[in-house]
Amino acid sequence: MRIPLQHLAHVRSGDKGNTSNITVIAYEPDLYPILKEQLTADAFKAFYAGMVTGTVTRYEVDKLGVLNFVAEGALGGGVSRSLSLDNYGKALSAAVLAFELEVPDRLANLLRNWRSEAA
Amino acid sequence: MSLRIGSGSAWWGDRLEPARLNAEEGDLDYLCFETMAEATISAAQVRKRRDPSFPGYDTYLDDRMQRVLPGCLRRGTKIISNQGWINPEGAAQRIVHWLREFGAPKGMKVAAVSGSLITDRVLDITDTLMEDGRPSSALAGSIVSAEAYMGAEPIVQALNEGADIVVTGRVADPSIFMAPMMKEFGWDALDHARVGHGSGIGHVLECGAQVTGGYFCDPGFKDVPDPWDLAFPIAEVESDGSAVITKVRGTGGAINLRTVKEQLFYEVHDPANYITPDVVVDFTTTDIEEIGHDRVRISNISGKPRTPTLKVSIACQEGFIGEDMFFYAGPGALRRAQLAKTILEERFRIVGLKAEDMRVDFVGLNAIHGGVSPAQQPEPYEIAVRVAARCKTREEANKVGREIDGMAVSGVGMTGKRVPHQDRAREVIGVWSSLVPREAVKPTITFYES
Repeated sequence: MRIPLQHLAHVRSGDKGNTSNITVIAYEPDLYPILKEQLTADAFKAFYAGMVTGTVTRYEVDKLGVLNFVAEGALGGGVSRSLSLDNYGKALSAAVLAFELEVPDRLANLLRNWRSEAA
Repeated sequence: MSLRIGSGSAWWGDRLEPARLNAEEGDLDYLCFETMAEATISAAQVRKRRDPSFPGYDTYLDDRMQRVLPGCLRRGTKIISNQGWINPEGAAQRIVHWLREFGAPKGMKVAAVSGSLITDRVLDITDTLMEDGRPSSALAGSIVSAEAYMGAEPIVQALNEGADIVVTGRVADPSIFMAPMMKEFGWDALDHARVGHGSGIGHVLECGAQVTGGYFCDPGFKDVPDPWDLAFPIAEVESDGSAVITKVRGTGGAINLRTVKEQLFYEVHDPANYITPDVVVDFTTTDIEEIGHDRVRISNISGKPRTPTLKVSIACQEGFIGEDMFFYAGPGALRRAQLAKTILEERFRIVGLKAEDMRVDFVGLNAIHGGVSPAQQPEPYEIAVRVAARCKTREEANKVGREIDGMAVSGVGMTGKRVPHQDRAREVIGVWSSLVPREAVKPTITFYES
C-alpha cells in the first residue's frame, strides 16, 4: 500500500547559511528500512525540485533510525539574503511528510495515526 | 554526584519565565544562556553605529538577570552566558549592578570573556570563503563585523580563577553548556572522548525548549501536554559526559525519544563529524533511553580530536530588501491576486525597479513550499499577495512599498491593505564563513566584583 511519510516518520529542519538539513526519524525501528530503501538522496532531491537547487547528501544513523538530508542551496541564498517568508526554512521539512512510500500490509499496525480503509 | 546544568535561553527573543523557573526550582549548579544568532553581532554593530548609546550587549540582559539572580544567589548557581555580544565588559559591569541590587555578598566575581571580534584583521588571517571558495579579500570594503567562534577553554579558565558568572562574546553554542562539565569534572581540553560526549549534551541543551516539546507538536501525530507552558531543559551530567535530560516537574511539554532525536540532529550535517571549537562530535554511536516520565538518558556519544582551526563568521553589507503584502478574500480571490501580480510586474517595469532578485508569493497557496506545493489545490478562500525584492540601494528597495501603496486606490477591486505603518525596506547583512588558525584568536578575561 502507498502511505504518506507522515505515518512512518517525523521530521525537523535546521539552517546553516544557504544549507538546510532535514532529519527524517522513523517512529518504529521496523519502519526505518522502508525509509532507508525508498527515500534515497535522489528521490529526496527530485521531490524537493524547485526548492533545493544544490546537492543533496544523505547521512544514515542506523542505530537511531534516522536519515539526515543535507540540502545545499535550499534557503534562497542564505537566511539573511533570502526573499522567502520562511527564511530559516523551519517549515521546509513538512513538505516531505507527503512523500509516498510502498509499505507492506503486515506493517500497517506500526503506522502512526493511520486507519486503513479496510479496517 | 551528577552535575545539574539548565538552559536559560536558546536565542535572544526567547521567553523569560522558564529561565526564572529553572533558577528557582531547577536545583541547578549552572544556568547557561545562549542569546545569539548568526547575524546578532553584525546587527549589534550596525545599531551601535547608528546609536552610540546602545550598550552592545543583549537587550534583554536586565530582564533575564532580574528574573534569575535571586534564585541563583539563593542556590549558589553559577551562570554562563553569551549575552556580552560586542561588549562583554559592559555586560559584566551591568550584572555586577544587579548583584548589588539583589544584595549579593561582596566579592562575587563576574568575568567578561572577549576576543572573538576580529573585524580589523580578518582579511589578514583568513584565506578562502567556505561557501564558494573565493578569497576572503573579495569581501573587502563591505565587512560590517567578523567574529571567531571561541570554545569552552576561556570560560573554564575564568571559572578556575574564581568566576561566579561568566559573560562572553561569540562562543560556539554547545561550548557554553559544556564548559561547566570541563571545569567540574576536570576534563583535559584534549580528552576528546569526554569533551565530545559533553559537547553532544551541550548541543541537546543549546536550543532550550526544542528538546522539551517546542518546535515539535503535530496534532494527532506528536502531541504534547500543556504546550503553552514549556520548560527549558536540565541535564544531569555524569563525569563521563553521559546525561539524563529532564525538566522542572509540573511544567508543560514533554521529553521523550522523539524530542531528543529531533534535537540531536538539529542543524547537524554529517552526524559522525559535528565540528565545534572544542572537539568533533560523533552522534552515530549514541544511545537514547526513556528511563522515566520526562527523563531521557543519553549515552555513548563519541568524540574525535578537535580541528586546528576555528570558524569565523564575516558579516557584510549586501544591499536592501523591500517587502510588503496585501490581501484578497471570497469568491475569485485567487484571480484577483493573479491580476494584482500582473499589475505590479508592469508597474515595476514602468518605474524601472532594479532588483537583483524578486518574488511574488501567494500566501495560502505556495509561498512557503514554492515548487513543491501540489499543482492541483482547492481554491483558497483567502490569499495574501506578498512581494519581496533585493536591491543594491535602499532607494530601490523602497519602490516595492511605494508601488504596493498604489494598489490601494489604483489596483484591483476588493483589495485589502494595511496602513504603511512600518519601514518596508531593511538592510541585508550577508554572512560568510572562513577558518582561522586556532592561535590567531586570543581570548581576554576581565574580572569585576560585587
